[in-house]
Amino acid sequence: MVDNTEILRFATAGSVDDGKSTLIGRLLYDSKEIFLDQLEALEEDSKSKNLDTIDLAHLTDGLKDEREQGITIDVAYRYFSTPKRKFIIADTPGHEEYTRNMFTGASNSSLAIILIDSRKGVLRQSRRHLYISYLLGIKNIIVAVNKMDLVNYSREKFLSIRQDFKEISKDLSIESINFVPLSALNGDMIVRRGTNLPWYKGETLISLLENVNLKKESNTGQNCFPVQLISRVDNEDVKDFRGYMGTVTSGRFKIGEKIKVLPSKKESVIKNILVSDSYSEEINKNQSGTILLEDEIEISRGDLIANVEYYPRTSSVINCQVCWMSNEALVLDKKYLIKHSNKISKAIVTKIINKVDIESLKETDSSNSLEMNDIGKVEIKIQNQIVNDSYESNRNLGSLIIIDIESNNTVGAGIIE
Amino acid sequence: MNKVSYLKELESESIFILREVVAEFKNPVMLYSVGKDSSVMLHLARKAFFPSKIPFPLLHVDTGYKFREMYEFRDSFAKEIGANLIVHRNEDAISKEFHPSKNGVAKCCGALKTQALLDALSKYNFNAAIGGARRDEEKSRAKERVFSFRDSFGQWDPKSQKPELWNIYNGEIDENESVRVFPLSSWTEVDIWNYIKHEEIKIVPLYFAKKRNVIVQGKNLIPSDSLKNNESIQVESRFRTLGCMPCTGAVRSNATNIEMLIQETVEAKRSERETRIIDHGSNSMEDKKKEGYF
Ligand SMILES: Nc1nc2c(ncn2[C@@H]2O[C@H](COP(=O)(O)OP(=O)(O)OP(=O)(O)O)[C@@H](O)[C@H]2O)c(=O)[nH]1
Repeated sequence: MVDNTEILRFATAGSVDDGKSTLIGRLLYDSKEIFLDQLEALEEDSKSKNLDTIDLAHLTDGLKDEREQGITIDVAYRYFSTPKRKFIIADTPGHEEYTRNMFTGASNSSLAIILIDSRKGVLRQSRRHLYISYLLGIKNIIVAVNKMDLVNYSREKFLSIRQDFKEISKDLSIESINFVPLSALNGDMIVRRGTNLPWYKGETLISLLENVNLKKESNTGQNCFPVQLISRVDNEDVKDFRGYMGTVTSGRFKIGEKIKVLPSKKESVIKNILVSDSYSEEINKNQSGTILLEDEIEISRGDLIANVEYYPRTSSVINCQVCWMSNEALVLDKKYLIKHSNKISKAIVTKIINKVDIESLKETDSSNSLEMNDIGKVEIKIQNQIVNDSYESNRNLGSLIIIDIESNNTVGAGIIE
Repeated sequence: MNKVSYLKELESESIFILREVVAEFKNPVMLYSVGKDSSVMLHLARKAFFPSKIPFPLLHVDTGYKFREMYEFRDSFAKEIGANLIVHRNEDAISKEFHPSKNGVAKCCGALKTQALLDALSKYNFNAAIGGARRDEEKSRAKERVFSFRDSFGQWDPKSQKPELWNIYNGEIDENESVRVFPLSSWTEVDIWNYIKHEEIKIVPLYFAKKRNVIVQGKNLIPSDSLKNNESIQVESRFRTLGCMPCTGAVRSNATNIEMLIQETVEAKRSERETRIIDHGSNSMEDKKKEGYF
């Protein structure tokens, strides 16, 4: 089977001025992803500001307002590739709206680079970056200790930062944490090793990114295919076709296998499978396709096709960690929409169980609202039953977004316990 | 990257997005510009809904300045796949002979492209327009959402974009509002070419090199049919992007097949939009997007 490990999505996190934009610019620059005309524009830009070297950070600042303020204000996506992998960077800037932005960027990432300024060491913000990565289930973290040129490339400094970081991460279950000393400005240990860090024997940043083992998921007995659309075709060319379109979110399905549909619990057997538009014996994780069943059963958008041995919860009251993303605070008992596994339902937040201070990682007791950038545990009551599981064991069934009915904005994101 | 399975991963994601559009919007349309990105997008749409036909029409915003090869390709291809093709033109501006050299690039684009697009969307009441823009094309697009919200004037506000988490797309809109959807957001130019090769997707022959009559204007090779001028010379060249004749430059190239073309793209020293005159100067992509341009 194809295991899709050729695209690595990662998020970058750093406090203001740790050098995140410079680092990304460096990755793009040294991996030759920058075209000459973009470079020329950059040189002109630097000249007009009387800078003597080009400012790599400006390669990644996208919108006018940001250029004027000199800071990035939202998540930007960057793409580059090496012969080994295609990389998608979710660049999430560090300032007051940080939590929401990093939460967003990290939701689609399987790795996070946490930047630390070698002069400043591990800061309260570093905990925040670490905690958000952990909450979103990121298993691989690279701690990039930047600006090593400003501390004379000191090995002691690097080791002490590494020690401090290990201390703050010891209670969180993160599979792999790697540490790299580097200078984004000079390019040391990013794509090239450089000559300034001879004492460091580990891999360069790019080599870590290229080789990180995106764990092949062992089949945990959860085969899930949330239904997106029903396909019915009956014409001259195609007779009586009835299939369920969707994407496999975990596990795999094969022709002849018994399945059940949730929440109805009706069972059937897989008659045929289309992967994209080709008939196939099986369909694997992350593949989009169409499943045809032996029996005609009532199935609608948002239903789940799963293996019969999988028993996720079906419930209308759920507890989840919510990151609030709107200027308007969360209002208890107000009607919102939630979108969860292809299904939209009406819901209300019935209570706020606690709020997390993500820098000390302490939970504070009840609060009656969540404001922008707050993370807290809430109880949500949904108008109908949803098939759900914990985020930890099933990402798709464990994640949801909250939508404001009046503004239609996405105001929150939830991770189900 | 020269493996194929990563292309399949991109394909799957794009198919998921296309199906979400059909599930969540009453009246979607696919913007079809006849270019390489549109060709990939259309190919993905055919796969996404197989064995059914594409469940939405294609809309071509025609400025009247497209290359002859583009019109021929458009019409024969739409017929071949049985697609419902809508062609919309700003007839008023066309009859007034809008031209970049007369009205300026900004006004000409504004009338023939932006206005024509907004008019077509409102004429047919489309509330979701699927477009082939990629985030790697231009700086301001790096922050574009997959589902990008437009207000009742069709305008985009870069400061109030909805956060997009996981692959849960928020398609909630009010009447009069609409979204633009970009299923190729995560594809790069090289990905597009690799996929065209792998899937053997038909594209307009203008992308391949041959001897063409052009006028050399600084770095740009302007196709001579678009100007009433005899100073043209024959240069072996091709087009990296296809726009309107007066504003699309060719590049010197001898890439006559897809392998050579990919090779050239990988080694490209100039990014593709440089040959599009419209992106330069004060008329930046960001300004145009705010006004409703794609
Ligand atoms: N000496 C030195 N300076 C660096 C290094 N990396 C970045 N800088 C400088 O640090 C400053 C901040 O860098 P940026 O890349 O703009 O910082 P950022 O973290 O992206 O900041 P925001 O854009 O505000 O989020 C700039 O002046 C950089 O030139 C480094 O390795 N060494």
